[in-house]
Amino acid sequence: MVGLHEYLVVSGLLFLIGAVGVLTRTNGLILFMSLELMLNAVNLTFVALARYTGSLDGHVFVFLVTAVAAAEAAVGLAIFVSLFRLHRSVNVDQMNAMGE
Amino acid sequence: MEATWLWLIPIAPLVTSVLCGAIALATRNAEAPPRRLVGWLACLGPGLSFALSLLAWTELRGLMPVGRMLSQTAYRWIDSGVLQLDVGFVVDPLSSLMLLFVTGVGTLIHIYSTGYMHAERGFARYFAYLNLFMFSMLILVLADSLPLLFVGWEGVGLCSYLLIGYWFEDPAKAAAGKKAFVVNRIGDFGVLIAMFLVLWTLQGVGSASLSFADLRRHTEAFTPALATAVCLLLFLGATGKSAQIPLYVWLPDAMAGPTPVSALIHAATMVTAGVYLVARMHFLFALSPVASTIVAVVGAATALLAATIAVAQNDFKKVLAYSTVSQLGYMFVGVGVGAYGAGIFHVFTHAFFKACLFLGSGAVIHALHDEQDIRRMGGLRHKMPLTFWTFVIATLALAGIPPLAGFFSKDHILWEALSKPNVVAPWLPPVLWVVLVAAALCTAFYMWRLVALVFLGSFRGDAHTYEHAHEAPPSMAMPLVLLATGSVLVGLLGVPHLLGGSNRLESWLHPSFTLAQDTHLESPPHEGEESGGSAAETEASVGHEPVSAHATSAALPESAAMAVALAAGLLGLGLGHQLYVRRPQAASALAMRLPAVRRLLAGKYFIDELYAAAIVRPLRLFSDRVLWRIVDMRLIDGSVRLLGWLTWALSVAFRFAQSGYVQTYVLVVVLGVFALLWRVL
Repeated sequence: MVGLHEYLVVSGLLFLIGAVGVLTRTNGLILFMSLELMLNAVNLTFVALARYTGSLDGHVFVFLVTAVAAAEAAVGLAIFVSLFRLHRSVNVDQMNAMGE
Repeated sequence: MEATWLWLIPIAPLVTSVLCGAIALATRNAEAPPRRLVGWLACLGPGLSFALSLLAWTELRGLMPVGRMLSQTAYRWIDSGVLQLDVGFVVDPLSSLMLLFVTGVGTLIHIYSTGYMHAERGFARYFAYLNLFMFSMLILVLADSLPLLFVGWEGVGLCSYLLIGYWFEDPAKAAAGKKAFVVNRIGDFGVLIAMFLVLWTLQGVGSASLSFADLRRHTEAFTPALATAVCLLLFLGATGKSAQIPLYVWLPDAMAGPTPVSALIHAATMVTAGVYLVARMHFLFALSPVASTIVAVVGAATALLAATIAVAQNDFKKVLAYSTVSQLGYMFVGVGVGAYGAGIFHVFTHAFFKACLFLGSGAVIHALHDEQDIRRMGGLRHKMPLTFWTFVIATLALAGIPPLAGFFSKDHILWEALSKPNVVAPWLPPVLWVVLVAAALCTAFYMWRLVALVFLGSFRGDAHTYEHAHEAPPSMAMPLVLLATGSVLVGLLGVPHLLGGSNRLESWLHPSFTLAQDTHLESPPHEGEESGGSAAETEASVGHEPVSAHATSAALPESAAMAVALAAGLLGLGLGHQLYVRRPQAASALAMRLPAVRRLLAGKYFIDELYAAAIVRPLRLFSDRVLWRIVDMRLIDGSVRLLGWLTWALSVAFRFAQSGYVQTYVLVVVLGVFALLWRVL
């Protein structure tokens, strides 16, 4: 039987993997993937808990998160395309203009 | 009695002042300002005030002596909590007398100015200031409350500053104006504090109005110590405005202004404001024998000090300036010993002869093309006979030669100083009297020296200037003649009983100087009884029947005292004649014999230098070393710089946090989340 506990453990692991990816990888596209992983880990939690409590609120939130994630991916990818045209790279290690 | 037209008296010169000022601004760059129009306008304002003052005086004469008072409440000025204050004007015998000579002498000097200033580019500006001065002075005289009086008080100070520095292109003259203003501010501070004290006291008895009538009604609220404090603070203001020790130093420098200004503001009217203030507040001074005694002592000291300085001055106007300081000292002795009528009488007569002397000096300076050094004058009586004769008349009046005006008023003060007993220092009256007689001797001496050096003998300047010297034009001669006539006649208003007169001026002023109106109802002023009086009146008000001032322990009978004073005046004139006309070399020989005395007197006792060393220079040093270098540079600038430095230092520390690497930020966020979780769980 797969219960709430298993769902939460999986989503926690997914979130951790995503977070470590965001922190360690330098390729911008991989960074995005890791971010999506973290968002979906949260989505999984929402759905699992919604089922567990029998309410619809969690499902609504998942749709919201998916919409935001889609928008974010669209804007982010556009930025990275622009950055690639400028620097011929999407390596975030080379992008520290805000610190100078 | 209510008189709704009193406000017209001060407003008339204000209107003409504004008009003259507008013309001055409009014709700033014009080749020829409209002098004729400005001249007429400028004389119209004070002339109108004079006519209205005459009207007020005749109305006042028609009333019973006890109820002699015209008043008008113009509008509610301050309505703030407990303090209710109206702008109100009042004409009683005291202010009617002041009004008459302020507007009368003022009008004459305006007429004179149209002649004296005719070549000036700032003609309209000058008259705008002079009319503004008339307005302020009339507010001061007509005010029915201390704050309104203070408005006029400050106004005349401002106009004095503007007119002393009239030729502001000359730094020395601008500095003289500034000095007058700053020194006066020291006195004004005293008046302000006194007003606050009065308000604070009157609040205690539930009357928070500062009108003279209310003050008079509530004198019982003042403890002796409080009355003394208020009086001394008021007197501090008076020493500033009326040039007494220790604040007299600005008046001689004020001679930097045009001569008619010296005549009007710095001799006849404004400088008597201090005497007027003391006379106005006589009911408080009567409560404080200590303060009154200090007033008298300071007055006597100033009279002698200034008279001796005047002996050794060589600037025509400086001699007259020190003479003014000295005469103001006499007035303060008068009001200080409680003889308010005598003090005001001297204010009145002095306005005529001193204005005449100043206008005479102006005519001479004008004729000699701005020469002011009397060592380069002489023999001018042939060139300017009219000026000479009016000047001599005024000189004799000042020296106290009967039957000219100065004799009666000065003698009145001398006699009151000698005969009024002093409860604080019983030995004081004879000392005051001797000092004043000595000052009178000096006065006669330096005045005759002035006459001798300017008008007698032969001319000591260059011949060309002498050739061009001319008699004053009619606009200047007319005021001279009128003022000289006044110097002869006005003294007759106050002929003492001893000489068969009835001292009408004293009886006229009497209602203003009685302590309580009601006690006066049953005993109107009758002939032969002294009126006014602080020490005597205080005793009378607390004690039994009114004390007659004649029942005092005067060291001399009145006739003998009068004879001695007259002899002193004649001796001074004779000495002056002997030293400066008969044997001119004797004067310089005497000066050679006493070099220390000459230097001391010519150096004005080095009071200016003393002030500079004791007050001005330490203050400057303190400002420079402490206030500027430490307080301003270190504390104020330093605290601002510290803020800047702090921002910089913090930014150095924190800018490492802003690396620009997104991942670093994320790491911090994650760590933060962990920290938060750790705290919460």
